[in-house]
Parts: sequence; C-alpha cells; structure tokens
Amino acid sequence: MKKTPFHPEYVRLGARMIPFGEWEMPVQFAGILAEHNAVRKNVGLFDISHMGQVWVTGSASFAFLQNLLSNDISRLQTGKGQYTLMCRPDGCIVDDLYVFLMGTDTYLLIINAGRRTEDMTWILDQAGSRAGLRIEEQKTNAGLALQGPRAAAIMDKLVRSDYLAGSVLSLKRNEARGFSVNPLLKPSTENRPSDITPAYIGHETVTTIPDIVVSRTGYTGEDGFEFFGRAEHLLALHDNFHHLDVPLCGLGCRDTLRLEMGYRLYGQDLDERHTALESGLQWVVKLDKGDFIGRDALRREKESGSRRRFIGFRLAKGAGVPRHEHRLVSGGQTVGIVTSGSFSPSLGVGIGMGFVENALFKDNAPLSIRIHDKDVPTEIVVPPFHKPQTVV
Amino acid sequence: MRNPDTLRFAKTHEWIDSDGTVGISQHAQEAITDVVFVEVPKPGKAAQQGQSCAAVESVKAAFDIYAPVNGTVSAGNAAVSQNPALVNKDPYGDGWLFKLDISDKAQLNQLMTHSQYQDFLKTNPH
Repeated sequence: MKKTPFHPEYVRLGARMIPFGEWEMPVQFAGILAEHNAVRKNVGLFDISHMGQVWVTGSASFAFLQNLLSNDISRLQTGKGQYTLMCRPDGCIVDDLYVFLMGTDTYLLIINAGRRTEDMTWILDQAGSRAGLRIEEQKTNAGLALQGPRAAAIMDKLVRSDYLAGSVLSLKRNEARGFSVNPLLKPSTENRPSDITPAYIGHETVTTIPDIVVSRTGYTGEDGFEFFGRAEHLLALHDNFHHLDVPLCGLGCRDTLRLEMGYRLYGQDLDERHTALESGLQWVVKLDKGDFIGRDALRREKESGSRRRFIGFRLAKGAGVPRHEHRLVSGGQTVGIVTSGSFSPSLGVGIGMGFVENALFKDNAPLSIRIHDKDVPTEIVVPPFHKPQTVV
Repeated sequence: MRNPDTLRFAKTHEWIDSDGTVGISQHAQEAITDVVFVEVPKPGKAAQQGQSCAAVESVKAAFDIYAPVNGTVSAGNAAVSQNPALVNKDPYGDGWLFKLDISDKAQLNQLMTHSQYQDFLKTNPH
C-alpha cells in the first residue's frame, strides 16, 4: 500500500487505517460523528496527500487544457481556480478535478487519488509530442486541508507576519497563491502553541512552481484552506496545526461532509460509464467555449436528451440509511441505483444520490429505496442537503 | 448494566442473557464505531439461531445481528431505535437490541462464556 508522509504519525496516534485505492489512509481518529461535527462547527485537518498534483506549464498550456477540460479556463484570472471535468470523446468522465491558473502559462491540476495513473496516461496521450508544453506530476508532494468555520482564525494564529497573513487570509473562495518557504522561518517541531513564531509560510513566490500552494478550497462546504507542496514543508505545517489543537479528521467524515453538499465522488457517483450530462454536471460543461474532448457527443446528448439523470434524495427520520448500490424503485420496478448513500450527521437522516433512468422514472412519481428487501419511501431533493453557515 | 460474566456469547459477537435479552458485545460496538441506525425486530417474529434478526448501522456500513439461539421475539428495544448511540454507550445495559422467548435453553450452553469469548477474540481479532 502507498503511504503519505503523515502515515507514521497517524498510526502512532491510533487512527483507524483503511485501504483507499492504492493508499492506506485514516478513516477516523476520534470518530466519524465527532470529526464531522468539528468541521461543521469548529475546524478539522485532513491529509489529502493522496490526491495528485500536476503542473502544466508552457506557451501551449492554455490551448492544451482548454481542449482537455470541459469547463472554460479562459474565465480564470491569475490566482483563480475552477471545478472541471476531463471527458472522453463519448462524453463519459475520465476524472473530475480542480484547475488553478497560478501564473502566466502555469496551471496546477488537483486530481483524484484513485485516478492518478489513468489521468496521467490520458493527459500524456493527449499531449503527444506537442511543443511548448511541460507536464509534471509532483509524485512525492503532500497535501493538507484545513476545513471549518474557524479555519481563518487558525490561519491567523499561524501566519504571524502581517504581509503574509494579508496574502493568505485575503484569499477568496477558489483563489490560490504560491509561496516560497524561507528555511530561516522554519519552526522547531517542539514548538508549543504559544511560541509558534514566526510563521512557517514564507514569501510569496514568483518562481514557476512554488514550495507551497495555499488555496481557499475544500471538499466539505465549509470555509477552509488547502495546501499542496513538498512533504517536509507540509509536515511542519501539520505539526503547527496539531499544536494548535486542530482535530485530525479521516476519510469517514470527509465522505459524509462532501455528501451533505452533493459533491460527487469519482468511482461512485462519476465513472467512465456515465456522461457529464447524465451525471448532472452541466454547469461545468461549456459547449460554447470552442472545441474540447467530448464536446460533440455532449452537444448531441443535450439535443436528443440523456438516458439517465442524477438525483438527490433524503429519507424520513429513523427510516434507514441508503447505501452505494442499493436499488431505486418506483411502482415495484427498479428505476435506478444509489451511487452514494450515508447517514447525514448534520440532518440526522439518511441521504443519498444516484442515477435514475429517464424512460422509467418521471420526477413526480413516488420513489423508494430497497433496503434489506424493504422499499423505503424517499423524498427527492436538490443538493446541497445541508447549508453551511460560514462560506467566504 | 449486566455483568458480562453472566452472559453467553456467539462467534458473531452477540450476547444473550438467560432471560433471552440479546445485544452486541463491547468488542463489536467498538469495531462498528458510532451506531447511527438500529432496526429491531417486531414481537412475534420467529428467530432462528445464526439467522439475521436485527440490523445495526454505523455511518459507514450496515451490520446484520444474528439470533444466538432459536426463539420468538418478545420485545424490541424502542429506546435504541430512538437513540442508537446507546449501543455504543452501554452495550450490556440500555443498548440491548431485542428479547427472545428461548425455545431450547440447552442452546445457551453451546455459546461461549465471557472468558471463552475473550480468548476467542485473541485468536479471531475480527
């Protein structure tokens, strides 16, 4: 199994570890409910080192990515990011990802852990021997996500220099900035919360690939920051968060938090068998931006109608918990399948998402979920299921 | 809370009291983690040893709970349906799941004592 730089510390702390694709990752520390509530009401820290960090640079990078991705990167100003899809020619999804414009002809892609090999093969195949293009996956990098309504307050404590605090805390949603790390500012690992000074994040950088990228993004719906960079810098950052008593969070609550927001999980809600439109991601498919891989198929699908559609649903209190691969039933007939389902800690009920066949299911028909041979009635709702109180 | 030394245990981690009350072990509640949903059987349901009789769900997964002996369900614990966390807080007490009218008390003797169950856990950590 692959291990992130935080793995030894998490094992020492007694985290419950599980396989996640090729990675051994913590599923929980204190418990999924406690960690979920920490992120919704306070703050929590996630290891996201398993996610891929790919830098695409060079004079051909804009044209290459505009053709590779379904969203429109011409809308990105420097320092901005957007959610996007990488589609096959048939409109099915290779991966969902984030793309940041970090500087002139300099893009950072954040791709799913379970898709790193497939994505890199796909990206390099599309690139071929095109001139003016450099594609680098930072294989030994680490990643962290600080998430929750108190995330900015924690960053304020950590980043003591006014100049840097300004540049980190002034980031708006989906904005990112790169920093070079000044080794002279490196704090001792023995630091206590009272003497974390000066800040570890150093000068804002103008070099192509910075030591650390800080973005105001996340997968929880709460305010927060994500950090991508070299492992030694992220280990020091992790240490500081730990000394500030930020609760550690595992993949268990990451899943409940993202599901409450209706965020898709590749491998469950998205895959190479369903198109971007079937998956309900029209908002990141820009058919009018010019040609891109999958556009023709998706345009035809938009005109002729999709075979399936993606829906969200919630159950009554105490009615049960929908799970991945439970069947969706209407009038005694199977009309679809649950792709993600869980108990929602914020709402106290079962929630889920999944596909229904358009030919078999109309929106106002009753819908049930077959749970242990019982058909449990469900109500269709448009995610997000939960509305966070603090979003920048 | 019952003293676990007075209970009998199945290899599938259920306990049963001599009065037919059934729950899951301390070990099982730790392994399942936060219980968020419990489905208890209705009175009158026929329970067969080793067959699923109730369901306990954590955030991540659902677990079948098997009847440790043959019998007829005489009660389901409505309190755990209302407050599933009781299964974690008090697995040998208020977190009980259902009660059986035991058909054949001799079946109890086929189950493990608490100390046998502790030994069983050492060799079968899951």
